[in-house]
Amino acid sequence: MQPVLEMRGISKTFPGVKALDDVNLTVEPAEILALVGENGAGKSTLMKVLSGVYPHGSYAGDITYEGRPGHFRDISDSERRGIVIIHQELALVPYLSIAENIFLGNEPARFGIIDQGRVYARARELMAMVGLDESPDTLVTHLGVGKQQLVEIAKAIAKKVKLLILDEPTASLSETDSEALLQLLLRFKARGIASILISHKLNEIARVADRITVLRDGTTVETLDCRNGAIDEDRIIRAMVGRTLENRYPVRAPRIGDVLMEVRDWTVHHPVHADRVVVRNVGLTLRRGEIVGVAGLMGSGRTELAMSLFGRSYGQGIRGTVRIDRAEVDVSTIDRAIAAGIAYVTEDRKQLGLVLGEDIARNTTLANLPGVSTAAVIDEAVEHRVATGFRTKMRIRSFGVTQQTVNLSGGNQQKVVLSKWLFTQPKVLILDEPTRGIDVGAKYEIYSIINELAEDGRGVLMISSEMPELLGLCDRIYVMNEGRFVAEFPRAEASQEAIMRAIMRSKGLNG
Amino acid sequence: MTDITASKSMNPGGDLFTGGAAAGEPQARRRGRLPMAQLRAYGLIFALAVITLFFEVATGGVLFQPLNLTNLILQNSYVVVMALGMLLVIVAGHIDLSIGSVVGFIGALAALLMVRFQVDPLTATALCLVVGAIIGGVQGYFVAYLAIPSFIVTLAGMLVFRGLTQALLQGASIGPFPDVFQLLSKGFLANFAGPWTALLIAFGVTALLIGLNWRRRQARIRAEGPAESLASFIFRNGVTATLMLAFAYQMSAYRGLPNVLLVMFALVMLYHFITTRTTIGRRIYALGGNIKAARLSGIRTERLTFLTFANMGALAGLAGMIFVARLNTANSKAGVGFELDVIAACFIGGASAAGGIGKVSGVVIGAFIIGIMNNGMSMLGIGVDYQQVIKGVVLLAAVCLDVHNKNNRL
Repeated sequence: MQPVLEMRGISKTFPGVKALDDVNLTVEPAEILALVGENGAGKSTLMKVLSGVYPHGSYAGDITYEGRPGHFRDISDSERRGIVIIHQELALVPYLSIAENIFLGNEPARFGIIDQGRVYARARELMAMVGLDESPDTLVTHLGVGKQQLVEIAKAIAKKVKLLILDEPTASLSETDSEALLQLLLRFKARGIASILISHKLNEIARVADRITVLRDGTTVETLDCRNGAIDEDRIIRAMVGRTLENRYPVRAPRIGDVLMEVRDWTVHHPVHADRVVVRNVGLTLRRGEIVGVAGLMGSGRTELAMSLFGRSYGQGIRGTVRIDRAEVDVSTIDRAIAAGIAYVTEDRKQLGLVLGEDIARNTTLANLPGVSTAAVIDEAVEHRVATGFRTKMRIRSFGVTQQTVNLSGGNQQKVVLSKWLFTQPKVLILDEPTRGIDVGAKYEIYSIINELAEDGRGVLMISSEMPELLGLCDRIYVMNEGRFVAEFPRAEASQEAIMRAIMRSKGLNG
Repeated sequence: MTDITASKSMNPGGDLFTGGAAAGEPQARRRGRLPMAQLRAYGLIFALAVITLFFEVATGGVLFQPLNLTNLILQNSYVVVMALGMLLVIVAGHIDLSIGSVVGFIGALAALLMVRFQVDPLTATALCLVVGAIIGGVQGYFVAYLAIPSFIVTLAGMLVFRGLTQALLQGASIGPFPDVFQLLSKGFLANFAGPWTALLIAFGVTALLIGLNWRRRQARIRAEGPAESLASFIFRNGVTATLMLAFAYQMSAYRGLPNVLLVMFALVMLYHFITTRTTIGRRIYALGGNIKAARLSGIRTERLTFLTFANMGALAGLAGMIFVARLNTANSKAGVGFELDVIAACFIGGASAAGGIGKVSGVVIGAFIIGIMNNGMSMLGIGVDYQQVIKGVVLLAAVCLDVHNKNNRL
């Protein structure tokens, strides 16, 4: 059978760096091809070559698409032939409706006048196809990320897609939404649409992919065929990093001390809808040297709990007490929370964690400028020394501390954010999805850092949607659902099944 | 992930844990940030030099004559003073359109206080500065705490204070001001050391500045930080020193150093220090660069925004007084359109409309580019109509060049 797409010997050079070196990739008709590799392995570059972001001529090699040469000048050129990319950062207009977004730039119109009737009829059709149960009039801004993703896919189908490329589509989705998306891909496959799925979530890949192409350092390492027997995750990881990751979680002998932080009856209301309770009577304890996990589904109130504890940066009508070292502390503003010894590492490091236009040094000291100043005057030599110290300790890969953080990879950006918070000398670190969008190798480094924090006698409260990560790292796990803590497991008793059972059992208790 | 991060984090053939930095390093060094940033600063100085030389030649050498040079300083001083405040406002991600009207209002207030009510000039000046700060603060309150876009708040302020200026003056022009007050704009530093006082002072200040720069560079080298090369240091400081001394030499040939120049110089140094070395300056840049990240880092962003507007108001008040002291009369047209020159100076000087970027040195050069063009074009007899056209084109060209440079840097 003739493949849909064949990329042969693709090489792409940027000044000084060979980003792609003789890459080969084929997509068979109606198959799901997974493209995996660490950040920087060249996945995105390869997809940009394919879609014409890098026009024909700016790279070496051949592309054959549907039996004809696929030399695209730009994105619209490749879209005309049915290749559609859905990027990680969604490209929807928030204040336009679902229907308007689906047909944006592709409106059924006559002489420039949009045929509203057709727009809605077609939009309903497409929405039904992707399983989006909303009115076509709903503004996209009112949809959650999962549904926005579905709008993107509906938009792709409207363009008569034949080859759908999804760049980390489930990175910010809850498990239910991810599952729905994967089912959708399988349905497309049944209808004869081929797709390329880029993802870091190896369990998903192992489940839906027909074949897996692994990129490493800009070259194709191998293509694994899953149709003749399942491929396990360790096999994929081995191909990605070029060696076996003996243990995905570094070992730690916990030395747990006294109670460090105690939260009682913590209740938070929604910032806009004051009658909605987002966090309900939560109580938690955290000891010195302890890593405590908070498991739960997307929207269970974990981030809201963390941010409300951190200087009321979320919500209103907050009630409850926080004690650190037995004394009640004032966490009513962020600077007071920092002074009380709390640090919060956000789940969204680009939007909320870093000033991307500024360099590593300036980001490192931002939350504790007095630490490098005398009488409000910054001592740049001290600042440089501090930042360089963290850069070495955290193994931040950059050409110095004056590199802008926008140019760093996800893992290195996260290390800068961690440096910033460590420099405030916190007693308690709240880590919100600390490894989101970070590749396997860098994850291990982040885990090691988290372990070191605990070994220093700090308390770590870790929120994560990746259950294996919580199970691998935490001494104790709280399970959160619908704003309440519904279960607590010591390490020995915790398992994915136990956590899921606790969540399911508690469903609907709030009526 | 963009292609840039992809290419930078590539480590062909290297081991995962050690290869990254080593492989990325030489390339990154080659196009490191420091030389590029300096090139941009040089580009601005180069543009100022070209414009200056053009008018010097076109006016047959009048531009640099001591009398005209002094006039240039006097005419331009209030633009520079306000540009310092506007820089902070723009870096914080906002804009202030009201300053032209505030200049008029404070000028009128100063006239009423001193001329009509015979308030002592020093008290009146202090009072005017406070009123300026309050005006800025009130607008800042709406922007910072009520989250009304600054464009709208200050557009309203522009109308309100222009109207209040007219109401205060009742259509009359009020003057003349007490002699002491006029010294602010018309006075010159006493030539205590003979005719070369200006040169002497300039020499002292230059030596001091170079000394400070040298100390800072040595400190950076000791900390193994990024320091500019010796050649670049000598070139940059050499050019600055030469310019300052040549300028002082010309000035001493007229009446010496005007008081307002000293005020301006002190403010430029102060704001340079605040923006580059103090925590409050650093926080304003962080606020403009990413307000959410800044807030989550414990920075009280509302208070900071409020303060930048209050500061802008006080500087607009000062500029208002410099302006009326020079004209020696307050009228209701004073300050019309000043906000445009000031904002243009900031953008020509490399401040980013998106916030987070901008330098005092750039803004001062931007203000002088505007000032020299105003002065030179007037001398060449170009009508006000075409002066505006030319200034508009220069503004657009400067920002285009800036955007182009930034894109190339990435």
